[in-house]
Amino acid sequence: MKVDIYGLSKYFENRIRLGIMSILIVNDSYDFNSLKSALGVTDGNLASHLRSLEENELIKVNKKFIGKKPNTSYSATVKGEKLFRNHLKALEEIIRKQ
Amino acid sequence: MENQSEYIEDLRIIKKVMEESSRFLSLSGLSGIFAGLIAIAGAAVAVFVFLDGRFILSGNFFNSYTAPELNLLKINLTVLAISVLVLALAMSIWFSWRKSVKMGLRMWTPVSRRFLTNLIAPLVSGGILITILFFHQQWQLVLPSMLIFYGLALVSATKFTYNDIFYLGLIEIVSGLLAAALPAYGIILWSFGFGLLHIAYGLMMYRKYER
Repeated sequence: MKVDIYGLSKYFENRIRLGIMSILIVNDSYDFNSLKSALGVTDGNLASHLRSLEENELIKVNKKFIGKKPNTSYSATVKGEKLFRNHLKALEEIIRKQ
Repeated sequence: MENQSEYIEDLRIIKKVMEESSRFLSLSGLSGIFAGLIAIAGAAVAVFVFLDGRFILSGNFFNSYTAPELNLLKINLTVLAISVLVLALAMSIWFSWRKSVKMGLRMWTPVSRRFLTNLIAPLVSGGILITILFFHQQWQLVLPSMLIFYGLALVSATKFTYNDIFYLGLIEIVSGLLAAALPAYGIILWSFGFGLLHIAYGLMMYRKYER
């Protein structure tokens, strides 16, 4: 994952990925439908960003069943949390310097 | 720098999403104000309709009643207490729903569920204890228990909503402990905790977050 000298990561320029990570930093886990309504995005759009975050090992997927219904929830990995926190710190730093 | 405004927008989104996903923000100050008014109305009915206008009850107050009178009084006060509770709850839910619509917030989210479970666990324990106290005729502990368990519920739920609720909870607990120590002043302390305090807190919350 590419990070510039400030700690800013191009990967989080996408606002949906930014939103997903913001939620998973302050919540231990969050399910798909709640993420969808919190961010106001479509199923397909959300799913593709979640897949990308998972492939980059920034989030983990927990699949379980509630009764007969599948319930998929997501949580941030240590790597994801670190990268996102650095990104956030960098954003604040850049704005403070201006 | 051309990215400057983009960065500011990014930060705004992060802050908003974090806050909305980790705190139940639909809680309305108006709920507090109306719950307080209902509580005071309830206490006034209890004092002036059922207790001969006395709001300081000495230890032997109930000795002046005959057994059937005392039974009727118990039923009346229980019905009154349940009505006050149901009415205050209904108002709270309605005002929270209204605020969530007005502010474009969702009401049923993972964090609102956590807020509710943290609120309900102490409340249900308190409710069961009060029922037990009632059947053991430990009247003097009923009002203090309401205040103490309600306060504990607020303290436990505060991490999923506005921090202000924590102090409201603490004052409720202290009022409850005082009421346990000074049973004669139970009704006064109960009216303070559920009435005045709710109104004051509701007004403060409303001015702070909803204007």
